[in-house]
Amino acid sequence: MEFLYASEILLNGLMAGVMYALVALGFVLIYKASGVFNYAQGVMALFAAMTLVGIMEGRVPFAHLIGAAFGVHVSSFGWTVPGLLAILLTALIMVGLAIAIEKLVLKHLVGQEPIILFMATIGLAWFLEGLGDVMWGADVKVLDVGLPQGISETVETLTNDWLGYGFFIDRLDIWATVIAAALVAALVGFSQYTKQGRAMRAVADDHQAALSVGISLQFIWIMVWSIAGFVALVAGIMWGTKSGVQFSLSLIALKALPVLMLGGFTSIPGAIVGGLIIGMGEKLFEYFVGPMVGGATENWFAYVLALIFLVFRPQGLFGERIIERV
Amino acid sequence: MTQATTTPDSRQTGGVLMDLRNITLRFGGVTAIKDISFDIREGEIRAIIGPNGAGKSSMLNVISGFYVPQEGEIWFKGYRRGPMKPYEVARLGIARTFQNIALFDGMSVLDNIMTGRLNMMKAPIWSQALWWGRAEREEVENREQVEKIIDFLEIQNIRKTPVGRLPYGLKKRVELARALAAEPRILLLDEPMAGMNVEEKEDMCRFILDVNDEFGTTIALIEHDMGVVMDLSDRVVVMDYGRKIGDGTPDEVRSNPEVISAYLGVEHA
Repeated sequence: MEFLYASEILLNGLMAGVMYALVALGFVLIYKASGVFNYAQGVMALFAAMTLVGIMEGRVPFAHLIGAAFGVHVSSFGWTVPGLLAILLTALIMVGLAIAIEKLVLKHLVGQEPIILFMATIGLAWFLEGLGDVMWGADVKVLDVGLPQGISETVETLTNDWLGYGFFIDRLDIWATVIAAALVAALVGFSQYTKQGRAMRAVADDHQAALSVGISLQFIWIMVWSIAGFVALVAGIMWGTKSGVQFSLSLIALKALPVLMLGGFTSIPGAIVGGLIIGMGEKLFEYFVGPMVGGATENWFAYVLALIFLVFRPQGLFGERIIERV
Repeated sequence: MTQATTTPDSRQTGGVLMDLRNITLRFGGVTAIKDISFDIREGEIRAIIGPNGAGKSSMLNVISGFYVPQEGEIWFKGYRRGPMKPYEVARLGIARTFQNIALFDGMSVLDNIMTGRLNMMKAPIWSQALWWGRAEREEVENREQVEKIIDFLEIQNIRKTPVGRLPYGLKKRVELARALAAEPRILLLDEPMAGMNVEEKEDMCRFILDVNDEFGTTIALIEHDMGVVMDLSDRVVVMDYGRKIGDGTPDEVRSNPEVISAYLGVEHA
């Protein structure tokens, strides 16, 4: 029974890890393609989730601004939009956002040092956060895209029948796992086998060379930021459903950092494995070691693990080894 | 396009493929290229030579779209080319290599060369991702072409090696292979033999001549090694301080007093 309980914890940890991995994926995509650490990834997830709620509930964007400027108080269109359609619309908005970022920010910083681009993404993060608040209001929103119910119960009954011990796994975690698996399969297929994916890897490697074989940097950047926006949307949906859509959602980016240090900044599978290790490690450490040190180890475990990795394997598990020829 | 040539070439070359007219390129107050005109004929090997800082690389960058000249016209295949981005120029059929080698270090030799054919893949994206239907046929066709080039340049044994691990001379060869994979109308080579030892130079020379011979590719190249240039090229443009000081067959150029003075520094005739 002790063993089964531990494995239940392990399983729960793995699934929680998938949620971390979802956030880390967005970072990896942009880092891989442009060498930029996108500080705004977490805020993008928040913005996407806010927009999704706004569209689903038929809220009027910029309601406060309109109210202040024209004295007209409209807060709702009076309709609701079904989940799938709203997700589609939000995805389109994220593509629009990617285009705007390329035209207004990235285009003007071509050839600049990575640190400059990093600073630009910090600015972007603050801007997006403000924009989200102005557009949709700063209240805590409830997000429910209508993920099918009852899957937890099924798992519990099934495991109870087989093992005589019912595993309880959060419904959301199960869905996150399914969706993450599909997302990763799609991303890997895309980046390994398609022309655009190859072009993306080419751009990541050498801008000049990419141009000389006829690749448009502009197109690739818009594409990469759009995909990262979509991944942010998925992460935003999962985390928003779990803990409500509010400012703290943007802080999930902090949880992605140790995942990236473990898995490597440039590897899609690395983001997944890193997420799984951290999710699993966190839960097991809390279970086995937590009681000895007074608990609450989940707050720091991931960061300490990341630190250890920084010392012994700075490129992460799957990252590209940095070789500098002298 | 096939007007008769009047140049006293030993070899038969076709009509004018690219015509550069009165090109001037400035960087702020510095004029890198001053009012230069010359043409490149179908099927020829055209060299651009000159001392360091003469503006040769700038000229190549103008042709490949990396620099946009302030003045002058570029005519390609009989049409005037507007200001274009480098990737648009590449799609027109102008491939190039770089002086300081620009390869995708993380990819294998094969993948690097395959990127040269990216623009020939037209299958819809889902077909590519699922590896089904049109994409599969395209990939096989492109792969066949690439294998031909690999055989041609004798790099079969390193085709799976990540490019970052290769020695300098082989990198240069892979870069040439990638440019060739695009089946270019004009191939631009920026110092293809710089930094090579004698043996590597001889190999590269042979490859350039063979490419020109077998694929009929028009080649424009920059090179420092005068012996190599004179052996390889059909016609030579000589630049100095951004101006054109000579243009003609290797023999004509060699006997041009201005060229001699530019290269030897003094000429008191």
